[in-house]
Formats: sequence, structure tokens, C-alpha cells
Amino acid sequence: MKSDKLIRIAIRSIIRTKMRSILTMLGIIIGVGAVICMVAIGQGAQSRIEQSILNLGVNMVVITPGTSSSGGVSRGAGSLNRLQVADAEKLAEEGMLLSAVSPVTMTGGRIRGGGGNWHAPLYGVDVTYENIRDWPVATGQWFDQSDIRSARKVCLLGSTVASELFPDQDPVGQQIIVRDVPFDIIGVLESKGQTASGDNQDDCVIAPYTTVQKRLAGRQFIAQILGSAWSPEDVPAAMEEATTIMRESHSLADWEDDDFTVRNQSDLADAATGTTEVMTLLLAAIAGISLLVGGIGIMNIMLVSVTERTREIGVRMAVGARPGDILRQFLVESVVLSILGGVVGVALGYGGSWLVAYLTGWPTAIDTVAVGVALGFSATVGIFFGFWPARKAAGLDPIAALRYE
Amino acid sequence: MSKANAVITLRDLNKTYAMGRNQVHALRGIDLTITAGEMVAIMGASGSGKSTLMNIVGCLDRPTSGTYELDGERVDGLSRKQLADIRNNHIGFVFQSFNLLARTTAQENVELPLLYDRSDRKIDPVAAAREALERVGLGDRRDHQTNELSGGQQQRVAIARALVTAPSLLLADEPTGNLDTQTSMEVLALFQELNDRGLTIAMVTHENDIAAYARRIVELRDGLIIRDEPVADRRTAKRGLSSSVAV
Ligand SMILES: Nc1ncnc2c1ncn2[C@@H]1O[C@H](COP(=O)(O)OP(=O)(O)OP(=O)(O)O)[C@@H](O)[C@H]1O
Ligand SMILES: [Mg+2]
Repeated sequence: MKSDKLIRIAIRSIIRTKMRSILTMLGIIIGVGAVICMVAIGQGAQSRIEQSILNLGVNMVVITPGTSSSGGVSRGAGSLNRLQVADAEKLAEEGMLLSAVSPVTMTGGRIRGGGGNWHAPLYGVDVTYENIRDWPVATGQWFDQSDIRSARKVCLLGSTVASELFPDQDPVGQQIIVRDVPFDIIGVLESKGQTASGDNQDDCVIAPYTTVQKRLAGRQFIAQILGSAWSPEDVPAAMEEATTIMRESHSLADWEDDDFTVRNQSDLADAATGTTEVMTLLLAAIAGISLLVGGIGIMNIMLVSVTERTREIGVRMAVGARPGDILRQFLVESVVLSILGGVVGVALGYGGSWLVAYLTGWPTAIDTVAVGVALGFSATVGIFFGFWPARKAAGLDPIAALRYE
Repeated sequence: MSKANAVITLRDLNKTYAMGRNQVHALRGIDLTITAGEMVAIMGASGSGKSTLMNIVGCLDRPTSGTYELDGERVDGLSRKQLADIRNNHIGFVFQSFNLLARTTAQENVELPLLYDRSDRKIDPVAAAREALERVGLGDRRDHQTNELSGGQQQRVAIARALVTAPSLLLADEPTGNLDTQTSMEVLALFQELNDRGLTIAMVTHENDIAAYARRIVELRDGLIIRDEPVADRRTAKRGLSSSVAV
């Protein structure tokens, strides 16, 4: 029998038992819908994280104090901090693959200004920081080399700090006092949003590292060194080069481990996306299980259907249907049922992920691969779980089937 | 009775059912030849083996032993698939209980065998079904659902379904068993008309009155043929007024 006829027979018998077909499909509908929805949310979260990692800076190489073992477990990072401004200077001088280098000192505390109080970290950085982090000012201007040289007490406000302390006025030209040290505000940074781990990057104050070291940190050691490779392709080589220069700078013998860690953006990204990958996988597993349950539902209904339609099977056989014809008829029916469920499920998944995006503002990304896989999987479920009932139907004896009450 | 035009040839046909430890010998050594153009009534008491015989002849069932030649070809021992093709191409079967598909129109019921037609005859199902329905006088009931038809009409749809593949043999197991006298006559008239145009027919019946419309009577008792004789005074059924048809 031609396949279009088979499909028409299948659709007719599905329509004939509308309510039951819908209930049967429900398992598949929910399963597929869940898969699409979950993957969409997972991918949305992932792309958001990737976005914010990119947002960190340009081809960034990050050097932090302390060793990280090969397993990624930090051996008391920071406890052995020997990172200094001199290291940054050496990197800037000798690093052929680095276009820019900036030391970063971190301190913080109570900030007074504009008649209010606020707590925020204070970063001491070089002028190169603007390019490394791709972080221009919204108003005012970045400090320059002379500010660094003379350790002027100037600063830039993150947009959060600016709006908290100076809600209705332009902060540029005004002052803030950080732990009794007054800083002139020369600019407000553009808003950068949150990091992958959810920190608000705009909640900070930035000043020349020389000023911060001299007036506030008073420490020899710095929190990190940021560098920027010339191009994304240069990043791995730049990391190697930085390692060599750093070992030299710290006069490490061959047998000594690094007392610093060099990482890049994708290392940071991997750590952040790792968790969402696990989430996506978990959700997909749950969705897969519901598809399985949906498949069992289809098998159950197909078995009932075969029993219920024993006489019909007998009639078809009596007028010349081969066992293979009956097998195919029931197989096509369960496949049509499951694909129909799959299609409705995809629609539901689309709607669901749109709703999630609408309600939470998370970006969701419908993955065409996921749609294809879900539909393919539901068809497979139909074949797999439809086969046994179909074989049962095909194996019926025509006489016995015709006599069946 | 030349062997050349024998449609059915049964030799020493046996059918035994195993019922637990007992064995039921439904047929025990049937020898029977039916030639083209015959109209045979198969009679006998209840349980004498009429349906069993009919099912084997109709290739719905297989004999336990013995040989069965249909149109000169051995069909005992064929596979389920091959039997299905023979049922489709060579045999039309009419049941006592009609056996139409429910919630399906007359037209679709009659088209059904052609869905499974694998011969290279290339019959157009829609046209052939329409023609077969017209032949049984139901041209105007084509789009009626099975449950919207009377018993007699349903049986005629079943006959149309049996005829649609242009079989060489029409088998009927108590085709009038569920019908009143009037509609029985209509069915018999149809059978006679088909037989007059050359179709070979074998039908099971309990009633002498019905058998009298056949050309030959074969009677069974306990799985054996005890009588096989031509009908001396064959009756002719007239179609009722309600179903006069242009053939
Ligand atoms: N599937 C079966 N299993 C066991 N025994 C069977 C089976 N079918 C028929 N028989 C037995 O075979 C014998 C012949 O049955 P069959 O149906 O051929 O009789 P019949 O002549 O058609 O009777 P009726 O006029 O009542 O229809 C009976 O004794 C019956 O019990
Ligand atoms: Mg019987």
C-alpha cells in the first residue's frame, strides 16, 4: 500500500478517537515542549554568559598571584602574593605579543561624596586599562600618563556609584572622599553591566594605580595584572610569553613552580558556562525521561487500539491485507501520533521559551538542532514503542480476528 | 466436468482442531471439485464443518492435510503473505455478519481491497468501487456510513466489496443468515445474476429454500460430504421493486 494512503488511514483513525489521541500525545507534547524550552533557556543563559565574558575586555590575559595546580584547584592563591608593579612594567616592556598591560590594585571602603555614603571597590589601574577592558567614559575623560606619573588624586566613577552618590547632578568636577583621601572626579564610565557571576561591574571607582598605592593601599603587592594580546589568535602564545617573563621577573629556578597564574577569557568563560552546561544537561535528561514516558503512553494506547480494532484487522486481512500491510498501518499510526505530538510540543516549547523570555527578561535561544532532534526523537519513540503493538496486530490470525467480539 | 476449467479442486482435505487433549476433526477427507460457472450451495447441520471448509477454500485458513488447487495452482502450504494476495486477487468473500468497517462510507468499504491490490492490473479504486456499488444497486448510497444502511444494504455493500477486484470465485458463508426473506431474495437475485454472467459461486446455507436457488447442492455431516447433486428444479429470484437496477 502506498505511504500516502497509509498516512491518510492513520490520520483518519487518530481523528476518529480525538480525545484519546490527544491524551496519548500529551506525554510526547510535554516531553518535546520541555526539551525545546529547557534547551532554549539553557542556551540563552549560556549566550548571556559568553556575552558578559566578551564584555570583560579585549583578548584579555589575566595574571593573578598564587599557583593553580593542573587540576585547577588553587593552592592557597594569594597567600604567596609576589605580584608587583615591576612585573607589569617588565611585561609591558618585553611582551612582544601584548599590546597593553596594566597593573590592578584593589582596595575599597566607605566613599563619601555628593552628601551621601556608599561602599564600593576602588581599583588602581594604568591608562591602558581603558583599552584592555574596552571601557570608555560616558562623560568627562580618562586620566592620562601625567596623572599616573604625578600620582594625582583623580578618579573615574562607575555608573552605579555615580548615580548613587550624585543622583541628580553631573559628578564630573566634584569630589569624593575615600577613606579620608579626596579624589577629583574627572569622568563617569560607560555602563558595563554584570559579570558572568552576577557582579555589578559598574559599582566601582577607578583611579591611577600610583595614587592608590601611595595614598591608600600602601602595599607593595598588587591584585592582578591585565594584559591584552594583539589578536585572539595571539592569546595562547601571549600567555606563554607572559609566563616566561613572569618567571624571569620572579627569578624562579627551573624546579620551582609558578607563583602566579596566567589565564585568559575563555578560561574564565569555561568556569562560568560549565555550571549552565550541567544544568542544560540535567534539564535535557528530565525532558528525555518525559519523552520516554510519553512513548510508553503511546505503546499502551496502541496496544489498546490493536485489541479494540481486532475485527477491523480481520476484515482488512480477509480482503487481502498482508501481515506487513497491517504492521505498517499501525506503525505509521503510532509514528504519526508521536510526530503530531512532537510538532505540538515544538510549538509549545516555542511559546514557553517566549513566555520565559518575556517574563524574566532572560534571552532565550531556540535551537533548530534541538527542534530537529526533538522531532526525530519523537518519531523514533513512535517507531520503537509502536513496533510491538503493530507486530501483535500483524500476527493475528484472520479467522480469529474476524470472530473476535 | 473437464479438469481444465476446475476452479476449486480439493483432495482428501482434513482439518483438525486441537482442543486441549481432545482433537476436533472438523473436516475428514473432503474430495470436491467446483468448475467455472457453477453455483454451489453447501448445506449441513450446525457444526458439520461448513464454515471450516469455506474458510479453507477462501484461503483464510489452512488445511491440516490434503491438497487444495485454486485455478489449477496448489495453495495449501502457502505463506500468510501469499494467501493474502490470493484472497485479494482471486476470491471475494461474503460473511454472515457483513464485516464492514464501522464509521466508514460504503464507497470506502468497497475500495478497501484495492488498497491492497499488488497485481499489475492497475484498477482505479474510486471508479471500480463506484461501478461495483452500482452493480449491487447502491449507486445512490455511496457516501452513507455503514451504520446508516439497512442489513440488506450492508450485505450488498459487502458483496460489492467482494466483487470489486473482479475475482474468479465468490464465497459466501450464510450470506442471508442475518436477513429477512425479502432482502434474502434480493441477495439471491444478485448472486444468480452474477452467476449467469459467469461468476463461480459457493455459498453456505442452512435452508433448503435458499439452496434451491443454486445449481448444485453439497451436504456435509461431521466433516464428510454425504450428498452432492444438481438442483433439479432451480428457482429464480426476482429483484424487489425497491432495488431495481440497471446492470
Ligand atoms: N477455532 C476452532 N477451534 C476448535 N474447534 C473449532 C474451531 N472452529 C470450529 N471448530 C469446530 O469444528 C467443527 C465445525 O465447525 P464449523 O464452524 O465449520 O461448523 P458449521 O458447519 O459452520 O456450523 P454452523 O452452521 O453452526 O455455522 C465444530 O465442531 C466446531 O466446534
Ligand atoms: Mg458456520
